[in-house]
Amino acid sequence: MRSQESRSTSSCAACKLLKRRCTPNCIFAPHFRSDEPKKFAKVHKVFGASNVSKILIEVPEEQREDTVNSLAYEAEARLRDPVYGCIGDIALLQRKMIQLQHDLALARARLSLYAATDSAGISNTDSDQFCTAALGEFPVACGGGFMDSFSQTSYEVNQDTHMYDFSQIPYI
Amino acid sequence: MSSGRCAACRYLRRKCTQGCILSPYFPSNNPQRFVSVHRIYGASNVTKLLQLLPTHLRAEAADSLYFEAQCRLEDPVYGCVGLIFMLQQHINAVESQLVKTQAEIAVMKSQGQNRETQQAEPDFNNLLLRQSDNEAPLSFPNQVSSGFI
Repeated sequence: MRSQESRSTSSCAACKLLKRRCTPNCIFAPHFRSDEPKKFAKVHKVFGASNVSKILIEVPEEQREDTVNSLAYEAEARLRDPVYGCIGDIALLQRKMIQLQHDLALARARLSLYAATDSAGISNTDSDQFCTAALGEFPVACGGGFMDSFSQTSYEVNQDTHMYDFSQIPYI
Repeated sequence: MSSGRCAACRYLRRKCTQGCILSPYFPSNNPQRFVSVHRIYGASNVTKLLQLLPTHLRAEAADSLYFEAQCRLEDPVYGCVGLIFMLQQHINAVESQLVKTQAEIAVMKSQGQNRETQQAEPDFNNLLLRQSDNEAPLSFPNQVSSGFI
């Protein structure tokens, strides 16, 4: 009876991969279902089952699903890009953010100039030319390589937009 | 002699050989760096990962592993994925603002164009009203005289 229970299909993906008995209080079972073997395989390859178990034990039970999902995301990113992992995604998003902030600053400056020329009674065509001339030298902060992305301080265009300051995490 | 060991070998209490794969990236003057990486990934996984990479890419890999490990230690639930979420939210917010600003520019442009057009074109309404007061209506070429024949 007991052996039949242990051989039932209730073994989680983790215990199946680790070839061990899946106990009722297995910490992996709620988050690594047997129909998702690849999820645990990736996490195990990058972090190791023991380390994952320690991380999960440290977090409250209601946050373990999110923890597992973020670990799975990181593991997938690391397997896809063994050099940079998730950091590659962060660097791309950071560059996109810088570009968008630049575009927004440009658009706001253009809007201000239009408003100013409008109130001054300058024609639309003239204000177009004026905007192009005035904003032609607008400075652009470009993200460089991987190291530049992390050494840059936050590029604040206005108070509404703030980029995460990576210097808070000791990296360089 | 023991001071010749890298941070990894010192932590793992083993002899640091000349070919130690971890020693270039975990120097003895920064023990915390290896401790962080080891807590999240384990020495064995880090070694395997670095072994798979060409030598010139290992330093960057070690740096990114350290960064991710630090993120995970500071935020055990989301790790560096939390940063990705935050960046995506910021990007969405800035994109919305950009779209809104571009729409405002388009409105200002079209208002300006309308104003210019009104100033440039003759006022046909007033012209017709003036003529009907004084004269017979103007006849335009191709005008149908009566009905829709």
